[in-house]
Amino acid sequence: MIKVKNLVKSFQSGEEDLKVLKGISLDIKAGEFVSITGRSGSGKSTLLYQLGLLDHPNSGEIVIDGTHVSNLTNDERTKFRLEKLGYVFQDYALVPELTAIENTAIPIMMQGKSKKEAFAVAKRALSRVGLGQRLYNLPSKLSGGEQQRVSIARAIAHDPKIIFADEPTANLDSETADTVLKAFIELHKQGQTIVMVTHEPEYVLLTDRVLKLSDGLIEV
Amino acid sequence: MKIAKLKIEKYAISLRVGFFLALRQVRRSSKYTNGLIIFVMVLTFLNLVVVRGILVGLLEGSTEAYRSKYAGDVLITNLPKKNFIENSPNIISVIQNMPWVESYSYRYVEGGEVEANYKSKIRMDEDSNSTAGSIVGINPELEDAFSGMSLKLVEGRYMNKNDAEGILIGANLLRKYLDIEAPGLTLLEDVEVGDRVRLTVGGNRREFTVLGFLQSKVDQIDFRIFVLDTTLRNMIGRSDYNVDEISVRLKSDTDPYMVKEALLRAGAGETARVQTWDESLPKFLIDIQNTFGLLGNVVGSIGLAVASITIFIVIFINAITRRKFIGILKGIGIESRAIEMAYIFQSVFYAFMGIAIGFLVIYGFLVPFIDAHPIKFPFSDGILVAEVYNTSIRALLLMIATIIAGYIPARIVVKKNTLDSILGR
Repeated sequence: MIKVKNLVKSFQSGEEDLKVLKGISLDIKAGEFVSITGRSGSGKSTLLYQLGLLDHPNSGEIVIDGTHVSNLTNDERTKFRLEKLGYVFQDYALVPELTAIENTAIPIMMQGKSKKEAFAVAKRALSRVGLGQRLYNLPSKLSGGEQQRVSIARAIAHDPKIIFADEPTANLDSETADTVLKAFIELHKQGQTIVMVTHEPEYVLLTDRVLKLSDGLIEV
Repeated sequence: MKIAKLKIEKYAISLRVGFFLALRQVRRSSKYTNGLIIFVMVLTFLNLVVVRGILVGLLEGSTEAYRSKYAGDVLITNLPKKNFIENSPNIISVIQNMPWVESYSYRYVEGGEVEANYKSKIRMDEDSNSTAGSIVGINPELEDAFSGMSLKLVEGRYMNKNDAEGILIGANLLRKYLDIEAPGLTLLEDVEVGDRVRLTVGGNRREFTVLGFLQSKVDQIDFRIFVLDTTLRNMIGRSDYNVDEISVRLKSDTDPYMVKEALLRAGAGETARVQTWDESLPKFLIDIQNTFGLLGNVVGSIGLAVASITIFIVIFINAITRRKFIGILKGIGIESRAIEMAYIFQSVFYAFMGIAIGFLVIYGFLVPFIDAHPIKFPFSDGILVAEVYNTSIRALLLMIATIIAGYIPARIVVKKNTLDSILGR
């Protein structure tokens, strides 16, 4: 599903070129639940952003679902994200003026579905994460855990090939974090490919495979 | 063909998603903020329409007064190098038989001098209290029916057909109404209603009693002296009944140009100059009107620029503070175009609301109010000129300026790197 070869990403820090990813190569199969872990600053989020087409690597090759994505234009990347990828951000990243169902429906509407169809799909996705009763609440009226579950519903609603999750439990208490993780496990059981950045050892254990990053490289 | 269809479909989706986002953003953002932005738009729209409207209306009030109190819809005067309108009785007869005529008035006009307080002069070489001006002979009933002259008296009473020794004096010939000093301008001093004054016309001198003073903000009344037509005719020896001016008011919705043509066909053009009221306007008035219109447009353009900048700042701040969410929307696959559309729709909403309320304020309140209570300028009663067509053009301009001012900041923010936006870098 995802093939990465010699991925390099560096940032300019003053006059210094700070290399965060130093030639990463990896292979993630369809239906796998992979966790990326490592110490703070090890480059795990940076790797996720490159895989999720939110950022441009300096060099290297990324192939997702058979498409060489490295050379896509910004508009093509946006379209690709809409069609194939789903995101769960650390801070939920919900649009504050949209209710739970509207937040979830918006990518589906962008795919060309009518509002009615999009809302029906969004309703199903929210029910899957246990929020069938909170459809019309604004994010400000939802708890952290509920907001993160809306974020998951939004990520899965348009039926993506891969879900990327960037420390989805970082801002949650342990009980809520467990609920969120259970939602991921449930999705994985249904065959969803998931790539999750986390530094919680107990959650790492629940995934199929762990990619441990250290100093810009994957530890073998 | 297929590609074009796909492109149209993509645009339609972006429009739909943009509208969906905009609607919710407007509906769920602070009512006070929305109210403030709409208030700014209303003021901007009013600035665009009202400033020019007042400037033009100031002159419009003046020209309207010229039309209603002096020229009428069609004005007939003597030909150049002629002292009066030859064959006047025939022309008046044609006018009387025209079905479109509502009222008319004819006037005899002659240069002359009026002198007051001459009885209290002690020495012969003492400066006389006099002023020169146009002496106008009128039929008081016809004139009043035509121009409502009796309503323009600031003191005294109107003239009737028995006032052979009565005189009405324009207020601008009196010091107490026009207290200015100008080279060549002499004004009557200490003249009151009931005083006796001496009129000299064409070498003839007669005494009259002041019946009243007229003030209309029309020079052709305020700078003139009025006596009965029969009296002036006798004084100047005009026994052929040839007059100097004929003002004709037409029934509503009658085209003055059509009546002018009809008069010319009837031969009036051979002995008189026939003009519609706007053709007869003094050139300086037309020039000032054009200048004020231009000034109004300049002020309006500045208002438009200020409105554009205001909307630009509002949308820019809105987009900057929501940069993270713009990044997230892009991150989850929402096209840049849809996000830009959302901001354009918001701008359109603010502009639409501002314009709609502005229209209500202008046509529901300002125009009828100022029509009923004209602004009292020294030389005219100013009204608010706001033709629907011109107002609509300004509304359209404001809408276009707002769309551009909304689009540019949205474009600037949307074009930023998606990840940088999400992470607030």
